[in-house]
Amino acid sequence: MKYMALIYAAENAGPQYDTDEFNQLIEEYQSATEQFESDGVLVSGDALQDINTATTISIREGKTETIDGPFAETKEQLGGYYLFDCESLDQALKYAAMIPSAKYGRIEVRPLMDYSE
Amino acid sequence: MHWGRIVALLANLLKDIGLAEDAMQDAFESALVHWKKNGIPQNPQAWLFTTAKHKALDKLRRAQNYHLKQQQYQHLLDTKSSSEISEEDYSIPDERLRLIFTCCHPALDSSTAVALTLRLLGGLTTSEIAKAYLLRTDTMAQRLVRGKRKIKQASVPYIIPEKTEFSGRLDSVLTVLYLIFNAGYSATSRDTAQRQELCQEALRLTQILLRLCAEESEVKGLLALMLLHDSRQAARFSQQGEYIPLELQKRSLWGQQQQDKGLQLVQSALKQGQIGSYQLQAAISAIHAEAEDYSSTNWHEIILVYDELLKANPTNVVRLNRLVAVSQVESPMKVIKELNQLESSLKKLPTILCCKGRFIS
Repeated sequence: MKYMALIYAAENAGPQYDTDEFNQLIEEYQSATEQFESDGVLVSGDALQDINTATTISIREGKTETIDGPFAETKEQLGGYYLFDCESLDQALKYAAMIPSAKYGRIEVRPLMDYSE
Repeated sequence: MHWGRIVALLANLLKDIGLAEDAMQDAFESALVHWKKNGIPQNPQAWLFTTAKHKALDKLRRAQNYHLKQQQYQHLLDTKSSSEISEEDYSIPDERLRLIFTCCHPALDSSTAVALTLRLLGGLTTSEIAKAYLLRTDTMAQRLVRGKRKIKQASVPYIIPEKTEFSGRLDSVLTVLYLIFNAGYSATSRDTAQRQELCQEALRLTQILLRLCAEESEVKGLLALMLLHDSRQAARFSQQGEYIPLELQKRSLWGQQQQDKGLQLVQSALKQGQIGSYQLQAAISAIHAEAEDYSSTNWHEIILVYDELLKANPTNVVRLNRLVAVSQVESPMKVIKELNQLESSLKKLPTILCCKGRFIS
């Protein structure tokens, strides 16, 4: 079963860009990703650029509305994701807990819809 | 009643907790009809299990995607002959530990876990659970449906956790059982019978859990704690239904047998040397149980146990309870000083106002 691990964190939480801690975080991400790959659970994973780059669109009554910024103004923003292929929720949670941002942000784990069911 | 045991076995066979429950419900209903007509079969458990399995197969066959999944269910058809062995020598393997861990999975909200545990393991009906929690039956039904759906859709595994995760996961199970007990324990004589019976249900489930993992000292601790609390039931309310605090309870009304069993369990648990917060809470309750009357309570010992409990469980509620014990042996001024320090962080707790009122008066 496929599980999406959505990585949320406040923009000022955790190590800031261009610091030693940040470089260490990147290394932690690299080694976590390698582990996911070698365990055969990684489908894909990416980081998103910061929320200043977000644009939200919606269509209401046929009219497209474009907004500069994210959909929800919450403290914690979606910063990236991993897509895992795991046997069970327990396994997915185990890998999600290995995502370095779990230490200062939150990882939301959700199973993907399976249309063959 | 072997409800939980059969549901657990069915869930293992079907790999679907919701289907297992539905099939069991159907089997139960047909038992009411058949047993009335033909008498109770020699082995009711085997009868229920076999019938439930057939009911489940019927349901699966009727499902739209049966042809797609036929292979997946082949093992069910294969076991058909073996499960229809003579009813006399039939014994049902105990799969309830898996069911407990699944119902109390930390990915489920605790209120959902409570409902699932009572329904699937305890065999309480949805309306009984709803009455106990003062909710409408359809609200409780929705909660159960949501829980079962999450287990299925998110693939919460039907397994006993591995050694490395076992004790953490056991904590969630103990929390759920203690929540059930406390819902019953906090019931007053004016509450429904269902609510009061939650204590007995929690005790029964914890006893089952202890049988399934007999070496876990925290399970012993929780069972001891429940037994010691429950032994005081008869003394806790006046005939008019008013609550009687510990210091005014008639200790002759405390249930001796339950108390003895509780004391024996605490001792056995503590000897194992893996102290946990349920054992410590049970130990405090045990010290009260051992005192002839309120005035001969060994408060110094209770304070020592509270000190340990604070290390394991550093919450303000524990701090406050410890202070109540301290107040029995220390000067009021000292206690009030400590209370004031606690007060700012405990504003929402009505108990602190009661405590303060009592010391000042």
